[in-house]
Amino acid sequence: MEYEMIAGLEVHTELSTKSKIFCGCTTAFGGEPNTRVCPVCAGMPGTLPALNEKVVEFALRTGLALNCEITKYTKFDRKNYFYPDLPKAYQISQLYLPICRNGSLEISCETGTKSIGIHEIHMEEDAGKLIHDPGDDCTLIDYNRCGVPLLEIVSEPDFRSADEVIAYLELLREILMYLGVSDCKMQEGSMRADINISVRPSGQKELGTRTEMKNMNSFKAIHRAVLYETKRQIEVLESGGKIIQETRRWDDNKETAFAMRAKENAQDYRYFPEPDLPAVEISAEMLSAIKENLPELPESKRARYQTEYGLSENDARVLTSARELAFLFEETAAICKKPKEVSNMIMVELMRLLSETNTLPESLSMDPAKLAALIDLITEGKINRNTGKTVLEEIFRNNVEPEAYVKENGLLMLTSSSLIADAIDKVLAENQKSVEDYRNGKEKAFGFLVGQTMKALKGKADPRMVNRGLREKLD
Amino acid sequence: MDLNSITALEAGRMIRNKKISSVELTRYFLDKIHKSEPELNAFISVSEDEALKSSEEVQSRIDAGDKLSILAGVPMAVKDNICTCGIPTTCGSKMLSGFIPPYSATAVEKLKAAGAVLLGKTNCDEFAMGGSNETSFFGPASNPWDTSRVPGGSSGGSAAATASGEAMYALGSDTGGSIRQPCSFCGVSGIKPTYGAVSRYGLIAFASSLDQIGPIGRSIRDCAEILSIISGHDPKDSTSAKETLDFSDSFTGYVKGLRIGIPTNYFGQGLRSDVEAPIMEAARTLEKLGAELSEFEMPLSDYAISAYYIIACAEASSNLSRYDGVKYGFRSETGESLKEVYYNSRSEGFGMEVKRRIMLGSFVLSSGCYDAYYKKGLMARDLIQKAFFEAFQKYDMILCPTTPTTAYKKGENISDPLKMYTGDLYTVSVNLAGLPAVAIPCGFDRKGLPVGLQLIGKPFGEPVLVRMAHAFQLNTDFHLKRPVINRTRKTLTSSVAD
Repeated sequence: MEYEMIAGLEVHTELSTKSKIFCGCTTAFGGEPNTRVCPVCAGMPGTLPALNEKVVEFALRTGLALNCEITKYTKFDRKNYFYPDLPKAYQISQLYLPICRNGSLEISCETGTKSIGIHEIHMEEDAGKLIHDPGDDCTLIDYNRCGVPLLEIVSEPDFRSADEVIAYLELLREILMYLGVSDCKMQEGSMRADINISVRPSGQKELGTRTEMKNMNSFKAIHRAVLYETKRQIEVLESGGKIIQETRRWDDNKETAFAMRAKENAQDYRYFPEPDLPAVEISAEMLSAIKENLPELPESKRARYQTEYGLSENDARVLTSARELAFLFEETAAICKKPKEVSNMIMVELMRLLSETNTLPESLSMDPAKLAALIDLITEGKINRNTGKTVLEEIFRNNVEPEAYVKENGLLMLTSSSLIADAIDKVLAENQKSVEDYRNGKEKAFGFLVGQTMKALKGKADPRMVNRGLREKLD
Repeated sequence: MDLNSITALEAGRMIRNKKISSVELTRYFLDKIHKSEPELNAFISVSEDEALKSSEEVQSRIDAGDKLSILAGVPMAVKDNICTCGIPTTCGSKMLSGFIPPYSATAVEKLKAAGAVLLGKTNCDEFAMGGSNETSFFGPASNPWDTSRVPGGSSGGSAAATASGEAMYALGSDTGGSIRQPCSFCGVSGIKPTYGAVSRYGLIAFASSLDQIGPIGRSIRDCAEILSIISGHDPKDSTSAKETLDFSDSFTGYVKGLRIGIPTNYFGQGLRSDVEAPIMEAARTLEKLGAELSEFEMPLSDYAISAYYIIACAEASSNLSRYDGVKYGFRSETGESLKEVYYNSRSEGFGMEVKRRIMLGSFVLSSGCYDAYYKKGLMARDLIQKAFFEAFQKYDMILCPTTPTTAYKKGENISDPLKMYTGDLYTVSVNLAGLPAVAIPCGFDRKGLPVGLQLIGKPFGEPVLVRMAHAFQLNTDFHLKRPVINRTRKTLTSSVAD
């Protein structure tokens, strides 16, 4: 029997606003426990929430980028339950009137392109962190994360394969980062995904019983979890069993999932409208202002790079893999008007530097004017490419002014034919064996002689002149 | 000058004119508290050192010529469900005994900035749930007119302290009548402001859409002065209003042409005749002063109590969930697992009435019951609000009793919660509609216990209400009567005394 898998995703993303959703505390990650807390986010008696408007703006940006309908009067609701990481014993969330609804995101993977429905997007506050101390046999509570703004993005159950799930998550992550609303670091918990999966025999109309999967901390883990659970459910059904509706906790080390304690009764959250916060009116002016200022999204950027700059699809993909790289590319190309040069420089040399120094593209802050100046120096023949690499590294590490740096360190390309000729003569004289090897047909020896000549000239010589000079002398 | 009979404004003027110092006045009240507390139990905590220090600071500011409010240096008290930084705030509950907030309510900060001197925190029903101050973990407060009787609730301590002369004025809170009813039981004046007029930041929440902090004082003029100081928009309270209250026209004594509506269906069964009489007499007094009286029928009054208790308890059940024994306040000694810590702390920390209301509230919010109870309650509320709106097309204010009885004996009603709840019938609809109301003394019943008159106004109509109430107080002397706390006989004297 053939089965098909159906999945829906609930993605929680921590917004990168400066302050929390209902108070002025910082949202910065980490910090000593319970140092980024105030009476409001600690839920102390008598305190009240005050909405951070930036959260609404970020939610609207996201909703517009995902083609959603925007709810004109959006309201908050209380979700009541007891747990030590929830200081008020209720979470301020949205149930009845979420800020965005009925959107879509077009994804592409090996099977083709497909539109995934976005059921709704809503704002809510995050809870604290529980740290289980096995030594002391106790649990410690850190409230730093209480009140950090979350956006919950709920998809329709439109996924039919693990690859589709990953394609969606990768694109969603890219969009959220491009919008500047989140840094989407799964390992820091600023992006989390829960999956609802069910299977049904192909052709059947009714949906099967679904399970919820939690605790996947990377895209790879999610892929593994989806494959695992699909397989498990099919095996259960094939052997005549029934799927139990439950929440399963993924263990990536063991590559398996464990059912969390099954609850006899579904949790009743006693939702009711939050009386401490009035409804938020989303005016037409607010929306159009945000629409106008929406940044160009990665998919359209990639298309434009290919048509406007004539870049290949792969180059476009690398350059748009982070908006900081795309920004650097566009700004630099605008100044020096040499997109292919800029593209190569970034993709080869800069990416290498990032990798060597373990720097994330998101932390890149190179001045496009300086990069443009460097590229001009190279293309105008004032310095050679090797020097170019050195100068790039100096700009990267120490933010030097390329022209000044080149001058101060005497790196201008050597183009004096007499100096080059003298150096060539010296090198040939000192390396008779290599000369013989070359004359005997070893092309490699030529490269060695070029290298030695460049070394003698401290790497500053015009390589083409060295090449030509050597060929002339040897041939 | 008899310090027991002057108003807060008069005391403020005396301090400004150097007739008395804030320190002297504060010492006087601390002494009064010390003498009266064994009988009254109006205070949960007295902050003697802070009060004296505070009075010294304010006095030196006044001496240095600082321009402070007219109430600067005047000693007052604050209900113990309102947070005061560094001073224990218990809500009359075991659950918060020992809790010391590191912040003050906005209303308290405003009064402090105006130079008020805090004497201590007053007794109240636990978490403001009750109408007699009998549910307090710290024992009931007593009515100074007859210490065997309740002072009313939940702001019983604040009303008793003001009436007995332990403080010049006090802050209370009103969710379903908790300022107006104790004011009426104790013969003092009080204002329940329009919802949103005073910031709720720092008021320990009972019912978020109904709660308001308000003043209790010896005269309605004092109350207006206090309300001017504590009201105003607060960015920390998203439900606080932008509107301001302007009392500049409220003390002329001129009320000609103001239209008063009297709901006839409020004056039926259940209202004692010796409560009705002084109220109708007061209405005639206002008519003589120029007000135009009309009778009308207030619709939906039968549904007010049910709607109120459904909504208030629902919100309270959520607001009180944070008291779980984990972060602050009481934690049970027993309890091994997390569940047990929760169960035991809340079972031991909360009193019966609080538990009753939490259960009621959780029930009406539970799935399956939400539509039948909570949603219906909100719809009823909406209709009640519309009914008031209709009435205010024809009238500037509504005149009615505050309570159907006068102060009853301690222990009389405490075992019959529903009976206690029906005592709120004249006050809860005001909170449901978010309207302002004042309560002022207007006479005495057969036993000589105070009777209170209620005037209900349009949203932000406090200045008009005060104008009417102040005119009444210019022409009567009920608000000037003071009880004598007589240890030997425990009976009343309604004269101006020491």
